[in-house]
Amino acid sequence: MSAGAIDLPAAKPRRSAVWTAIRRNPTITIGMAIMLALVAVAVFAPYLGTVDPMKINPIQRLREPSAKNWFGTDHLGRDLYSRVLYGSRVSLQVGIAVAVVATTIGTLIGLVAGFVRWVDAIVMRIMDGLMAVPGILLAIALMALTKASLQTVVIAIVLPEVPRIVRLVRSVVLSLREQPFVEAAEAIGTRFHRLLLRHILPNAVAPLIVQATYICASAMILEAILSFLGAGTPPSIPSWGNIMAEGRQFVSRAFWILGFPGLFLTLTVLAVNLLGDGFRDMLDPRMRRRL
Amino acid sequence: MYAYLARRLLAAIPVILVVALFVFLLLHLSPGDPAAIIAGDMASGEDIARIRARLGLDRPLPEQFLEWSWALVRGDLGSSIFSNLPVSRLIAQRIEPTLALTFMTMAIAIVVAVPIGVLAAWKAGRWPDRLVMGFAVLGFSVPVFALGYFLIWVFAVRLEWLPVQGYTPIAQGLVPFLRNIALPSLGLGIVYVALIARMTRASMIEVLSQDYIRTAKAKGLSQLPVLLIHALKPASVPIVTTIGIGVALLLGGVVVTESVFNIPGLGRLTVDAILRRDYPVIQGVILVFAVLYLVINLIVDLIYTVVDPRIRY
Repeated sequence: MSAGAIDLPAAKPRRSAVWTAIRRNPTITIGMAIMLALVAVAVFAPYLGTVDPMKINPIQRLREPSAKNWFGTDHLGRDLYSRVLYGSRVSLQVGIAVAVVATTIGTLIGLVAGFVRWVDAIVMRIMDGLMAVPGILLAIALMALTKASLQTVVIAIVLPEVPRIVRLVRSVVLSLREQPFVEAAEAIGTRFHRLLLRHILPNAVAPLIVQATYICASAMILEAILSFLGAGTPPSIPSWGNIMAEGRQFVSRAFWILGFPGLFLTLTVLAVNLLGDGFRDMLDPRMRRRL
Repeated sequence: MYAYLARRLLAAIPVILVVALFVFLLLHLSPGDPAAIIAGDMASGEDIARIRARLGLDRPLPEQFLEWSWALVRGDLGSSIFSNLPVSRLIAQRIEPTLALTFMTMAIAIVVAVPIGVLAAWKAGRWPDRLVMGFAVLGFSVPVFALGYFLIWVFAVRLEWLPVQGYTPIAQGLVPFLRNIALPSLGLGIVYVALIARMTRASMIEVLSQDYIRTAKAKGLSQLPVLLIHALKPASVPIVTTIGIGVALLLGGVVVTESVFNIPGLGRLTVDAILRRDYPVIQGVILVFAVLYLVINLIVDLIYTVVDPRIRY
C-alpha cells in the first residue's frame, strides 16, 4: 500500500465526520434542530415582529389569522403570535428547571437508598406511595396550597417526577455494589461519599441523561396541564397552557386560540422526546432500534 | 392463588398508608394556616376560627391523624366544605363516568395498539414499522388536552359527526353513550396506544428471533399463525406489564380529559374542589385514585397467570 492511499481517507475529514454523526443519529439531529429553533424563539421573542403580549385591544377581538396578526387574536384582542412566542419561555424554563432539580434530588436519595438498608426500606415505601397517585393530581393538589408562581409550579412538578429518578439510581447502585471494583474500593477504605460519587455515580450518568430528558418533556406537559386547569402559571404570564385555558370556550368560533399553542407545545415536547430517544440509542447501543 | 392475593392486599396497606399520610400532611405542611387557606381570602377571623374548630385543626397533629385515619377505615372521608355533603357520596355520584372512560380507553387502546405493534415487529425496519414508531413518538408528545380540542374541532365542530362535549350514562342507551365517550377515549388513549405499541413491538422482535419461530416457519406454517400463536402469546407478558404501568398515566389523563369534554366524573370533581380549596374532597379523591391504581395493577398481575401458564402464584 502506498503512502498516497493512506492519505486519501484523510482528504475530506471534517465535513464527512459531521455528516456521519448526523446520519447515525437522525433523531438527535431533528430533535436538536427543533430545540435550538425554539430556544432562539424564546430568547429573541421581542425581536421577532412581536408586540406586547399583554396589550389588550377590544376593537380587534377574536380576529382570524391574517397578515397583521399572524396567529389571529384572542377574546381580549391580544396578538396571539406574540403570546405564543413569549409562552415558549415558560415551557422551556419549567422543563429544564424540573429536569435539573428532580434529577439532582432523585440521584441523592437513590444513591443513599441503594447503599443504606434501613433508609432503603423507608424511602422506597414513600416512593411507592408517591407513584400510586397520578402525577397530575399530586401537582394540582400542591398548587392548591400555594400562591401560583413559576417557582411553585416547578416544585409541584418535581415531587411526582422524583420517584422515577430514585428508582433508576437505586437499581444501578444495587446492581453495582456487589461488583468487585466496588468491594475493592470499600476494602481499601474508601470513604462513603467518595465511593458513591467516584465509583457508583459515573455508571449511572448515561441512563440519568436519558431519564432527565424524558422528565423535561413530561414537565412541559404537566406545566401546560396545570395552567390549563387554572392551577399553574399565573395568568399574568403568557404560557401555552394559559392561552389554551382562555381559548377553551371559543373552540367552535376561534379554534386558532387553542390550535397554535397546542401545536407549539406538541412540537416542543416532540423535540425533547426525540432527543431522549436519540440519547438512549447513542448511550445504550443494546437498546438501539428496540423500543 | 388466594395466598398470593392476600399477600398482595397486605402489601398494598403500607402504600395506602403512605398516600394517606401524604394526603393528610398536604394540608398541614402547607405554608400558612390551613384554616385560613380553606376559608379563602375574603374570610373574617371568626370564619377561620369556626373552620379550625370544625376540622379539629386546633388539636395536636398525631391525634388529628389518628382520628382522621380511623374515620377513613370506617369509610368516612369527611364532608365537603363547599356543599356540606359527605365526600364518599360525592365520589360515589361521580365514579361511573370516570370508570367508563378509563375502561373504554383501555379497551380501545389495547385493540389498536397490539395489532399495530405486531405489524411493526413483523415489518421491522421497513415503512410500516417506521410509520408505527413515528406515530408512537408523536403520541407521547401530544398533550391530552391539545389533542382533545383538536378532535372536538375536527369531529364535532367541522364534521358535526359527534357531540362536542358531555356524557350520557350507559343506562340511557349504548349508542348515545358511545357517541359521547368516543372522542374522549380517543384523545386520552393516544399516549396509551403509543406506550403499548412500542412495548408490543419490542417484545415481539425479541420473540421472533427465537429458534422455535424459525422452526415453525421452516415446517411451512403461514405468517399469521406464527405471529399470533407462536410469537404473540409468549411476547404478551411484558405487554401486560406495560398495560399495568400505563394505568397511572391513564388515570392522570382522565382528570384533564374530563375537563376538556365536560364529563361529570372524579376528575372534574377534583378540579372543582381544587379551585374552591375544598380540602376534604381533594383528599378523598386522591385516595380513591390511589386505590384504583393499586386495584387495576393487581388485576393486571393476575392476568399474567392467564397469558403465561408458567407463572403461578
